[in-house]
Amino acid sequence: MQADIETATTTALPQGHLVQRRFGDRAFKWLTLLMALAVFALIFLIGSELWLGSHLALRKFGWRFLFSKDWNPVSEQFGALPFIFGTLVSSLIALLIAVPVSIASAVFLTELAPKWLRQPLITFIELLAAVPSVILGLWGVFVMVPWLREHLFPRLKSALGFLPLFQGPVYGVSMLAGGIIIAIMIVPIITSVSREILRSVPGLQREAAYALGATRWEVTRIAVLSYAKKGLFGAVILGLGRALGETMAVTMVIGNRPEIAASLFAPGYTLASVVANEFTEATTDIYLNALFEIGLVLLGVTILVNAIARLLLRTFGGAGVKAQP
Amino acid sequence: MRNLCFILCALGLAANAAAQMLINGAGATFPYPIYSKWFDEYAKIDPSVRFNYQSIGSGGGQKQILARTVDFGASDGPMSDENLAKAPGKILHLPTVAGAVVVTYNLPGAPKLKLDGATVADLFLGKITRWSDKRIAALNPDVKLPGDDVVVVHRSDGSGTTYIWVDYLSSVSKEWETKVGRGTSVNWPTGLGGKGNEGVAGQIKQLPGAVGYVELIYAKQNKLPYADVKNAGGNYVTPGIESVTEAMSAATIPDDFRFSMVNPTGEKAYPIAGCTWLLVYEQQKDSEKGKKLVEFLNWAINQGESMAAALDYAPLPDNVKQRVLERIKTIQY
Repeated sequence: MQADIETATTTALPQGHLVQRRFGDRAFKWLTLLMALAVFALIFLIGSELWLGSHLALRKFGWRFLFSKDWNPVSEQFGALPFIFGTLVSSLIALLIAVPVSIASAVFLTELAPKWLRQPLITFIELLAAVPSVILGLWGVFVMVPWLREHLFPRLKSALGFLPLFQGPVYGVSMLAGGIIIAIMIVPIITSVSREILRSVPGLQREAAYALGATRWEVTRIAVLSYAKKGLFGAVILGLGRALGETMAVTMVIGNRPEIAASLFAPGYTLASVVANEFTEATTDIYLNALFEIGLVLLGVTILVNAIARLLLRTFGGAGVKAQP
Repeated sequence: MRNLCFILCALGLAANAAAQMLINGAGATFPYPIYSKWFDEYAKIDPSVRFNYQSIGSGGGQKQILARTVDFGASDGPMSDENLAKAPGKILHLPTVAGAVVVTYNLPGAPKLKLDGATVADLFLGKITRWSDKRIAALNPDVKLPGDDVVVVHRSDGSGTTYIWVDYLSSVSKEWETKVGRGTSVNWPTGLGGKGNEGVAGQIKQLPGAVGYVELIYAKQNKLPYADVKNAGGNYVTPGIESVTEAMSAATIPDDFRFSMVNPTGEKAYPIAGCTWLLVYEQQKDSEKGKKLVEFLNWAINQGESMAAALDYAPLPDNVKQRVLERIKTIQY
């Protein structure tokens, strides 16, 4: 009798368990799918809301909005070109500064740093990511900009003044200052993600390269960086996403002048900054619509830049893989 | 048992809070310090009503009163005819306090400058590019002016301060009026944009040769020098609470209180100043709330005005005060 019960329970249990697991698995799958779709829905909602909010401006200016340099709330003529230019240029400057710094520090942290130094450094980098952007902006206004104006910029001007990039009057607040402050803000994120990626490179890769007689530099270059190329590129794209939308700190140091100037010493303006600056006091409908359209353009620029970056990755990433034996 | 007691107490508190009426307002940031002072003081006089004011900017204040999502709005600029036409009822403009906008600069030794409207407009139009320019020197024979480049600093964010400033420049310079015009943000002919009064003050403080405009209090706090400006009567006037109140009593104020007080004719009036308004519907929807709101408005104009000077706002002159009180009487609830 007892044996019967035992067999009954042992046979019944796995079946019930199986059914339950199947149901659990399915529910989990649907739940995660729902969450993943929610991201799409969110982007779609943001996009459509911006589209609806800017319908007056879309109708009045059409494509001209993207190519016009006017931004005049008084005569109600609006164009986004100087802001698009400012967003792209400041982000590009930020990437040029931040990528080498971030990847080098990630390599140092994973490949070269002695153990006792590693953790404090990581903590510091993560701390930098936690500094609120308005604090960074204030530091920018009161510490960084005066230093740039009195020390760095005059030196750049005397050394590289033959380039149009480094000509004209030096005010301190400038496109370059904006780029530098964004660079400071995206270094932690690129470094942290890059570090995780380099850590995930299998030890076998390194050992194999050492076995072939590679030096440390060669191991890092061939076995580690080349292997992790795609992941590192992803880290840079994450940083770029943040750079494009960075607002407060940039507004405080970029000079807020909607102008397309060749010189990096000249003030500039970004898409995100103009929305933050003018949204609160925009009283006329068309003005508010134009600001909504700036938001739409920013969304478009972000998506486009990301798409281009991924396309680049596919083209050049493919060649990189081939070079790897 | 103690839990139950706690819950009962909490319920009691909640019931108490529900009995207290909440009046919502939103709008301008410039008068926020004085308004929150008023709400605090008024809570002691009438504890049955609580005010909630969101300082989201004049644009938001106008939008919310139009949508009737708040009981009163606040704005640093009068509403346009276009926006008023959209309102579901008649909106009253009630001026509360005024403030001065000053010309501040960074020059060696921080001298006291004297400037007139045409010179200030030329500085901001980018037509005067050096401090040693003849036009500035002629107004300031005693000041040793450096040959520095003029760097104009203006607000980058939309602001009532900017409105007052460009309103003044438009009233003294035809060229400014046609080329740039009036608005809370404009297309600046020259210069750098700083965010907020503090951003402009910060940049002027650091940048030799800079010139800009800020609310009086920010120039004082940052120990920046500010110019005496020539008014329509031909006198150079130092900005201050008295000279602003003087300007308001000299200004021509129409019946709907949508007025500009820049460049009035008074002898002692400081020419670059503006006031800020509360926006309320003449016909209140909720009679209980309407009654409380009117009581508060009367208190604010009668008693609240005396608190303005301590916070560096200019109170309304008596003649305007009387007219505002008359207008409050027309609110129906």
